[in-house]
Amino acid sequence: MRILVIGGGMGGTIFANLLARRIQHEMKTGKARITMLSASHEHVYQPGWLYVAMGRATPDELVREQESLLEPGIEFHVDPVEEFHLAENHVKCKSGKVHEYDLIVISTGSRPLPEKIPGLKENSINCYTADDAVNFFKQLSDFKGGRIVVTVGLPHKCPMIPLELTFAMHDFIKDRGLLDKTEFYYTYPIGRVHSLENVAKWATPEFDRMGIKYETLFNMKEVDGKNAEVLSEEGGAVKYDLLVAVPPHKGQEVIEKNGLGENGWIPTNRASLHMEGEHGKNVIILGDTTNLPISKAGSTAHFEAETAAENVAAVIKIGRPVRSYDGKVFCFIEAGKDRATYAMFDYQNPPQPKAPTGAVHAFKMAYNKLYWASARGLL
Amino acid sequence: MSERVVDARGSFCPGPLMELISNMKMMSVGDTLELLSTDAGSAADVPEWIKKVGHEMLDTEQDGEGTWHIRVRKAK
Repeated sequence: MRILVIGGGMGGTIFANLLARRIQHEMKTGKARITMLSASHEHVYQPGWLYVAMGRATPDELVREQESLLEPGIEFHVDPVEEFHLAENHVKCKSGKVHEYDLIVISTGSRPLPEKIPGLKENSINCYTADDAVNFFKQLSDFKGGRIVVTVGLPHKCPMIPLELTFAMHDFIKDRGLLDKTEFYYTYPIGRVHSLENVAKWATPEFDRMGIKYETLFNMKEVDGKNAEVLSEEGGAVKYDLLVAVPPHKGQEVIEKNGLGENGWIPTNRASLHMEGEHGKNVIILGDTTNLPISKAGSTAHFEAETAAENVAAVIKIGRPVRSYDGKVFCFIEAGKDRATYAMFDYQNPPQPKAPTGAVHAFKMAYNKLYWASARGLL
Repeated sequence: MSERVVDARGSFCPGPLMELISNMKMMSVGDTLELLSTDAGSAADVPEWIKKVGHEMLDTEQDGEGTWHIRVRKAK
């Protein structure tokens, strides 16, 4: 079986490594082959940008050579796919090379698009790329007081980042003795401060205790840089001195161009993770690339990849898949002052976050280092 | 005019309302959307947001399996 993995992010990498270990024998005897195609030779631990934005990490700490993370036997090429020919079971890359497959796994991720909101890109800071995270730190370091506004676009990657950024900035400003000169104003698209009801129930009194003001049902429509004001679809207007954005996201352009999914999100079966539609039988979608109504987060990609790798190995060995994806997601929540909690949930069970502790924060910091073992499929 | 169905059953995060808002950004004025939700809160928070922004509620019903079917039209 020729297995082609598109994307060298968390989902594709964990899938390929877990599968390679399960089908070692089949790979050695030539019965199975795994090929990965990526747009980059680098693998980035994206949750680490939060720490770069706060001056607690530098970008180089978050990057490894993709090839160094892959199991022996996985063929790796830096050659982004430009054309998907799913009816004919092949893709065509930027180099012109054609790769045929029996099974394709598409895990190309998502991208922030601050330019989708008029005025947002030029008037706000965010921490979704290395350059943006470094710029975030510089602007926050230069901040002398005033109003910091957090504004949130939809959909976005990393559902905890609006809260985490707010708590982290509060620490940052407090540590610099600027708290009495600073007002925090948090906005959020729905009628509470976080999408998860139980997380919102925990975070709201935290905001109240810290003096963080908030406005809900606020979906940014445009940013008026001249008047330093962010305007909402609901008719709201909020003045800012420093605008911190969680920009709206889309899937990759190549997905849209090939007509695989609106805005780059591919229609995906929530249990089997196969692409919906007539050519989906040998197409698996992982991570942010799906259109599933669950968090766009690394842990989602991780748990989906585990399910998919088990199933593909089982199909090769016994002729049929062995389990369904249950919607499992696990997100750490950095809560400020070296404390953290977490939210774990699936399609059936909502999260029950506990009070933040130093122990969970310590585990999160350890996980930031252990991530490379996770990408290798060892954790 | 087109009609889309957004299946947000079992969605705790981002949740049905955030799924609806994201999808409405992709729609044209006049298009309709049917949201499927197993969160009882959707029957209240979706109309609240639709009213505040100025879109149009069409109807809301719960089927025998407990799924809410909420239909809205993009008005602006």
